[in-house]
Amino acid sequence: MDFGISKREELFLQMIREFAENEVKPLAAEVDEQERFPMETVEKMAKIGIMGIPVPVEYGGQGGTNQMYSMAVEELSRVCATTGVIVSAHTSLCINPILEYGTEEQKMKYVPKLAAGEWIGAFGLTEPNAGTDAAMQQTTAVLDGDEWVLNGTKIFITNAGYAHVYVVMAMTNKELGTKGISAFIVEKGTPGFSIGKKEKKMGIRGSATCELIFENCRIPKENLLGEQGKGFKIAMNTLNGGRIGIAAQALGIAQGALDETVKYVKERKQFGKPIGAFQNTQFQLANLDAKIQAARLLVREASYNKDMHKPYAVEAARCKLFAAETAMEVTTKAVQFHGGYGYTREYPVERMMRDAKITEIYEGTSEVQRMVIAGNLFK
Amino acid sequence: MNIVVCIKQVPNTNEIKINPETGTLIRDGVPSIMNPDDKGGLEMALRLKDQYGAHVTVITMGPPQADIMLREALAMGADRAILLTDRKFAGADTLATSYALAGALKTLDYDLIIAGRQAIDGDTAQVAPEMAEHLGLPQVSYTVDLKYNNGLCTVKKETEEGYQILEVPTPCVLTVLATANKPRYMSVKGIMEAFDKEVEILTADQIDVDPARLGLKGSPTRVKKSFTKPQKSPGQVYEVDAEEAVGIIISKLKEKFII
Repeated sequence: MDFGISKREELFLQMIREFAENEVKPLAAEVDEQERFPMETVEKMAKIGIMGIPVPVEYGGQGGTNQMYSMAVEELSRVCATTGVIVSAHTSLCINPILEYGTEEQKMKYVPKLAAGEWIGAFGLTEPNAGTDAAMQQTTAVLDGDEWVLNGTKIFITNAGYAHVYVVMAMTNKELGTKGISAFIVEKGTPGFSIGKKEKKMGIRGSATCELIFENCRIPKENLLGEQGKGFKIAMNTLNGGRIGIAAQALGIAQGALDETVKYVKERKQFGKPIGAFQNTQFQLANLDAKIQAARLLVREASYNKDMHKPYAVEAARCKLFAAETAMEVTTKAVQFHGGYGYTREYPVERMMRDAKITEIYEGTSEVQRMVIAGNLFK
Repeated sequence: MNIVVCIKQVPNTNEIKINPETGTLIRDGVPSIMNPDDKGGLEMALRLKDQYGAHVTVITMGPPQADIMLREALAMGADRAILLTDRKFAGADTLATSYALAGALKTLDYDLIIAGRQAIDGDTAQVAPEMAEHLGLPQVSYTVDLKYNNGLCTVKKETEEGYQILEVPTPCVLTVLATANKPRYMSVKGIMEAFDKEVEILTADQIDVDPARLGLKGSPTRVKKSFTKPQKSPGQVYEVDAEEAVGIIISKLKEKFII
């Protein structure tokens, strides 16, 4: 693995940083405060290809790498974690499984519009009684003639309502346990499919998180994604990829909080000098910087493996675990360095601390990541 | 229509620091960027391309490191990129630079040559106007808007008092201000493709020039002395209406024995 970045990635970073700084950062506080989905940002991202970075050109994508995709999620999240997760859920959790498991017809039907950002994507696995124990799916899909009939409820679905395409897991044969779960593609507007209550969240408040409700929702037979009974495997593999995106999001939040803190401690004076002149400040910030760079290299390693078509499940779990916990630590300390000001919405570190917490929870809690890593140690 | 845009790689002066002992710029670790006025010029050319289907070539004179900036121009939508580079160009002032660029331009097809007004590292605003003279072309400087119709450019030129609207036939040289537009972002696909394209290299031997007029030899400019301006104390700001302001200004001028 090359620790440096290529000239192409260098140029890509320059572009995405400019974009994040000029187009995303100015809206970050507002979308948080108003709990507003930043549709105008999605449109701008679509225009320059950010909604389809690692998607092959033949499916309407940009032909970029997973490394570039991770860099994009990091840089967007550095200024606005809401924007980071919109891109991550769309790319990793919706486009990816369709590309990986879809038939040629499904890929041609859905991927070009998703990659162009004309459509937004989402993914439905979690249910009220199926969180970390995702195998406890209660949503059912029954074949009736040429149609699958879906019934059940999904919760905590990112991009819900704004997404046009949903990759949804449902039980097709309860007796077979995890082997009875199948994956489906459901389009917005399908009769019997509706969006339920919108969650009021602690952080990433501009991101739409809602219930998906299926009441005798009939979808064409050909919307089965992958083989019948392979849904659990598809979901787990999809989450392996998604974890790299969330790790990149956590990494971005941590870097953003450190940037803000370095700026602040140079300006804030107490006891006659900037608080950055105290060695305690410097040493603590040095520790945080080292952890952030370690997290970044773990994200790069997992992205690199995915690009090279090498196994990446353990690498993804490691980077997600470490980056998420780093984000929580860095943002908590960032608020502490800002003192009373850090606890107010005058400064962005308060938002960043609220945003960081979810990265330890969604797409596999930190405990799940430890299970994956330990499982590899004891195999 | 063939458009050639002249661009320059410059240190990002927002991040530049001055060595207080020597008074020289510390360039180490300072990121290089496409000169802002030049980027405005490139955007103007790309908008003409969007409207009329022009072919856009970018050219720069500089060291091999300028390659990345040319790739940036390709990623924004330029069709062809040329790097004019040779040890023989080293030490060129504005006259020798404009002469070399004009020599390179003579080897290209163009209807319109666009350049930035000035570069943020030198701020001379001389290169493009001199280049127009070497090529014997009409020129309009300080362009903020451009309409093209059948061989005729209608140019909005910014002046200290306001604007002039001028008509100029092609081929011609325009210099553009960064404030003329908001340059587009590189697209992801553009970045991917920019590295599959070739950046053409032109050396002194491949262009139509007299070697004696290149580089340091061809540069009459001599820097006698450079120094850092002493820091001024911060001024005082009065937020008052015009009438009160007049009184304050007069009393301050009297205080300093100017009036």
